[in-house]
Amino acid sequence: MSLSQIINLSLFQAQLRMATPILLAALGGLLCERVGVVNIGLEGIMLTSAFFGVLVTYFTSSPLLGFLGGLASGFLWGLVIAVLTVRFFGNQIVVGTGVNVFGLGLSAFLSQKIWGSRGASDAVSGFAPLRSDLLARLPYLGPVLNEHTFLVYLAIALVFVLHFFLFATPWGLRLRAVGENPQAADTAGINVFRYKTLGVVAGSLVASLGGVFLSLGHLNFFAWGMTSGRGFIGLAAMIFGKWTPLGCLLSSLLFGFADALQMRLQALGVLPSQIILLIPYLVTILVLSGFVGRAVPPARYEPYRKE
Amino acid sequence: MVVLSVRGLTKRFGEVVANDHIDLDVEEGEIHGLLGENGAGKSVLSSCIYGLYRPDEGRIFLRGHEVHIASPFDAIRLGIGMVHQHLTLVPHLRVWENIVLGREPRRGLRVDRVRAFAEVERLLEETGFRLDLAKNAGELPIGVQQRVEILKVLFRGAEILILDEPTAVLTPQEVDQLIETLHRLKAQGKTILFISHKLREIFALCDRVTVLRRGKKVGTLPVSSATPQMLAEMMVGRKVFFEFPRERLAKEEVLFELSHVFTDPPGVPLQDVSLKVHAGEILGIAGVEGNGQSELAEVVVGLRKPKKGKVIFRGRDVTAIPPKGRILQGMAHIPEDHHRRGVILDFSVKENLLLGFETEPPFRKGRMTLDFARIRDFARQKIQEFGIVTPSEDTPLRFLSGGNQQKVVVARELAFHPLFVLACQPTRGLDVAATEYLRHILLGVKREGKGVLLISADLDEVRALSDRVLVMYEGRIAGELSPESDEYQFGLLMGGKVLHEA
Repeated sequence: MSLSQIINLSLFQAQLRMATPILLAALGGLLCERVGVVNIGLEGIMLTSAFFGVLVTYFTSSPLLGFLGGLASGFLWGLVIAVLTVRFFGNQIVVGTGVNVFGLGLSAFLSQKIWGSRGASDAVSGFAPLRSDLLARLPYLGPVLNEHTFLVYLAIALVFVLHFFLFATPWGLRLRAVGENPQAADTAGINVFRYKTLGVVAGSLVASLGGVFLSLGHLNFFAWGMTSGRGFIGLAAMIFGKWTPLGCLLSSLLFGFADALQMRLQALGVLPSQIILLIPYLVTILVLSGFVGRAVPPARYEPYRKE
Repeated sequence: MVVLSVRGLTKRFGEVVANDHIDLDVEEGEIHGLLGENGAGKSVLSSCIYGLYRPDEGRIFLRGHEVHIASPFDAIRLGIGMVHQHLTLVPHLRVWENIVLGREPRRGLRVDRVRAFAEVERLLEETGFRLDLAKNAGELPIGVQQRVEILKVLFRGAEILILDEPTAVLTPQEVDQLIETLHRLKAQGKTILFISHKLREIFALCDRVTVLRRGKKVGTLPVSSATPQMLAEMMVGRKVFFEFPRERLAKEEVLFELSHVFTDPPGVPLQDVSLKVHAGEILGIAGVEGNGQSELAEVVVGLRKPKKGKVIFRGRDVTAIPPKGRILQGMAHIPEDHHRRGVILDFSVKENLLLGFETEPPFRKGRMTLDFARIRDFARQKIQEFGIVTPSEDTPLRFLSGGNQQKVVVARELAFHPLFVLACQPTRGLDVAATEYLRHILLGVKREGKGVLLISADLDEVRALSDRVLVMYEGRIAGELSPESDEYQFGLLMGGKVLHEA
């Protein structure tokens, strides 16, 4: 077995694919944290939307409707989290944990009811990869960027859209101000509650894109716990990326590489699979223990109460 | 012409009448002081004018027309702006972003940086401020941040500025700069309502002053016809003593000594600092803040190790002994920033009174447990002895006024009869009555034959209390003066003048 069996262009293609759900989770987490809400429920949001994506596709045979169904579940979670943490000053960690536990239970329960198995759903038709002959001819970069589902490209586009929104527009400025110092935003005449709700709902929506990607853009079925910690790794990527969209992209690519490498090594059977499966989590721990000490979050994670 | 006029304004919070039928007239283009003790109702009154609170009764007129101000937005629309005591900037946003926040000039979807900069720079020119607009607001010193706050208010078109105790968070130099700034704004025709409990500032700044006491207006008078004694009496409601009889009680015995102390950064390095505090003496340390006073205090209590030199307490070398050991030997410390080093705001009064002494025998029951009955009795006794105003000994300290918080610190530090007290900025942020009380306490300590090292940026305080005064400049002792020396001499030493001559 040579090194080129492990490291070649298709590894990097897989890297980009595996980075996508992490990136979407990171961007979702970023929007929430920029308004001052820690959303540790990302994992549950992604799992729920992965499930509903498959469920709706299963009943309608339309991945597009499934996609919308998955997004709708993310939107609803966003509203629930926003109402609990922003309106009613709920503890963000408790609410997020509730979302995670609920997502795990709900998907298992419905999966059992519908497909007779808690473990996995029936296969559904997912999104086909997009292919461009023009792109394929590009040396090196072409094969890496080519043949992904549209969600991968959407995720990358979102990085730049969010960067523009946060750092160039007045609304992005206000959103950042609301998270960092709600009193200041309030005295400047900004509706703090509205921006906080907006950030949480939009963030949950973006994270749910990651869930839909996993079930409709990657595996084409739903498996119990299929997010396997990607919501949390997304949070790690967000912290490592210093709460900026571009930073999230870079750190997600790092975690995506670990994930792709893990899959490759598993396929080659070089090491016991249990050890190989550890790789992405090991990378997460290493990155966070090495860098989180220097990372300063942009927001205060407290509910804002008007005096 | 009267620009802002308040008639019969009353605001109640439950049983408490915070403002009781207050009348106020502010002339166009004047700086009008609003003077009163903590809790006199100054902030409530200004909050009613700014629309943060709804008054229960009374009317507000602007240029003769009655206005209804239901929220800060209404106030801003009417040209009233307020700078809050606690600054409300977004630390990681740039200065210009903070100023335009919520009213950003726009070009398409983007914030129009060019126009924003141009507009803010025009304001800078008008006010004469010099600021780096591209810096993050959080990196600026507090005094500069406050200027950004003022710019924010001006950017929103304010003609009447309310400043709520703006000097509470500032160093003396920053206060001077603020006073200069406000004079300049006045020259441009702005009207300023300046809230303070510090007489010195009222005299340096205001044209007229309205005094409040316990929610009621005592009177309005031109500052030129007032004396500090008069205003203090109006404010407190009884005679106040600024001058204390100076008693010479110092004995031969040296209680505390620093001998040729040098320290390393961080902070201002101390260079060859020597001093002696005798029994029955208050030794004052004067100087412009940031000239090594904080570092000196840390060396005295043992938070900072000298690189060279000795710390001697009661004749013994304690240089290597940590703070706790020094406390056990009879040293007490009233820290400069009591929020950071003196108390825990979320703990109760009782617990704060115990901090640091929780392992002492009187509070222990057996080996492992605290004797809560005894701690409660101790707390009640201290609350009474020091006149700490609190609903109960179990109230979190957060809900006490600054003066009462400081009394808690002092009560605790003096509880175990220390022989030597280090008092750092003991009256900063306190109102007249609390200040007077604390000064009496310190003089009492001296009268008991103990030693006090008093570090204060308030030169009047140092001179009023001390038997001898050392002036610090850039980490050195610039010289010793008698407290009766004139202010000019102090000024020279504080500016490092004598050092160059010598």
